[in-house]
Amino acid sequence: MAEGDGATHLSPVSLHIRTYHQLTEPDRSALPEQIATQRRRVAERLAAVRRVVAVMSGKGGVGKSFVTAGLARALARRGRATGVLDADFNGPTAARLLEAREARVRVGEDAVVPAVGADGVRLISMDQLLEDGQPLGFRGPAADSFVWRGTLEAATLREFLADVAWGALDQLLVDLPPGMQRFAELIELVPHAPAVLTVTIPTVESRDAVRRAMRDAVERGAPLLGVVENMAGGPLTGSAAADLSAEFAVPVLARIPWHPGAEVWERLAERL
Amino acid sequence: MKFLCVECDRQMQFEERQLPGDGTLAAAFRCPSCGRAVALLTNPMETQLVSSLGVKIGGTTLPPQPLETVRAMVATGKADAFDDGARPDAGPARATGVTWSLAAQERLARVPGFVRGMVKKIYVDYAKDRGIGEITPVMMDTARRELGLEEM
Repeated sequence: MAEGDGATHLSPVSLHIRTYHQLTEPDRSALPEQIATQRRRVAERLAAVRRVVAVMSGKGGVGKSFVTAGLARALARRGRATGVLDADFNGPTAARLLEAREARVRVGEDAVVPAVGADGVRLISMDQLLEDGQPLGFRGPAADSFVWRGTLEAATLREFLADVAWGALDQLLVDLPPGMQRFAELIELVPHAPAVLTVTIPTVESRDAVRRAMRDAVERGAPLLGVVENMAGGPLTGSAAADLSAEFAVPVLARIPWHPGAEVWERLAERL
Repeated sequence: MKFLCVECDRQMQFEERQLPGDGTLAAAFRCPSCGRAVALLTNPMETQLVSSLGVKIGGTTLPPQPLETVRAMVATGKADAFDDGARPDAGPARATGVTWSLAAQERLARVPGFVRGMVKKIYVDYAKDRGIGEITPVMMDTARRELGLEEM
């Protein structure tokens, strides 16, 4: 800007800006501490849970929830205290599969009481909470919901872990939705990486999607328990379970036929 | 999130939060040296993001409620999904030592059933914590502002 044009000239001032961590006076909001408290609450709640098992795939429609429910019931029948956390908030089915859909959620002083489903499996599912036929909808501004919706779903997972009185469990099976986002949230929230039970169907398409999910789990440090091939022995062809088993050096824990009897689940439970 | 008074080179202190409307959350901070105050204003999307994290700007003195974020934020929940009846503060007013004015009762009745039991518990806890004998709409507004209950 030229001299004498009437504009005010501001000489640049060098501001002394310190970093966030250099400001150490007490902070009433203490947001990092609030987040740390949330995580501590998860760890305290899971302290009596011997093992968290993530039931996952990378593929939708392979029967993760079906396998989770069948396995949970078989484990419970064997006398092992078992819980199921239905982490598929947008397509929850575990409550119906475990025959606890109508159970109201009882609220205690610092936690809710899990429903008790078939064979004594303890359960929390969004299916217990939503109006029939309604999708999971959140309060909030309609615009830009992509900014906050994922955060709310992660918060839901945190509260299902921390705010349910799971009690002492031999295993908590976490029934994950398709994809890897919820698994990434789970592994961040729990104190130790969950063991991973992978579900696939026989097809090559499933194999390729599940392979990516298993690779992701390995890279995040989660131990792989093995592969369950669902819908085996029917019209679907392929060798997904065998291929994945060879590639990741893990066992094929079960091949579940289209109409499995109780003995199929018993054998799977025995192997876990 | 912290605020620095650059001229004084002092960390500004949180002073109060307000909900002026329009989905705005205002958090005011004051410099302990020169007394200058500034207010952070969030737009509705930013306000929602803070709520989604389950944290409270300015902190809170009350313990978290079970499934607090789920109950406060889910819009499509069943009215009778939760059974709050077993909680010590969910019973009749005389059992808690705190009464509800008629206007406060009417306002509580308008809260969706999905979250009502929890909201009731929070207001009762707030009143007991401060030795307040009767819950009124004014007290409810104050509690909402102080506790960071934008969504309730």
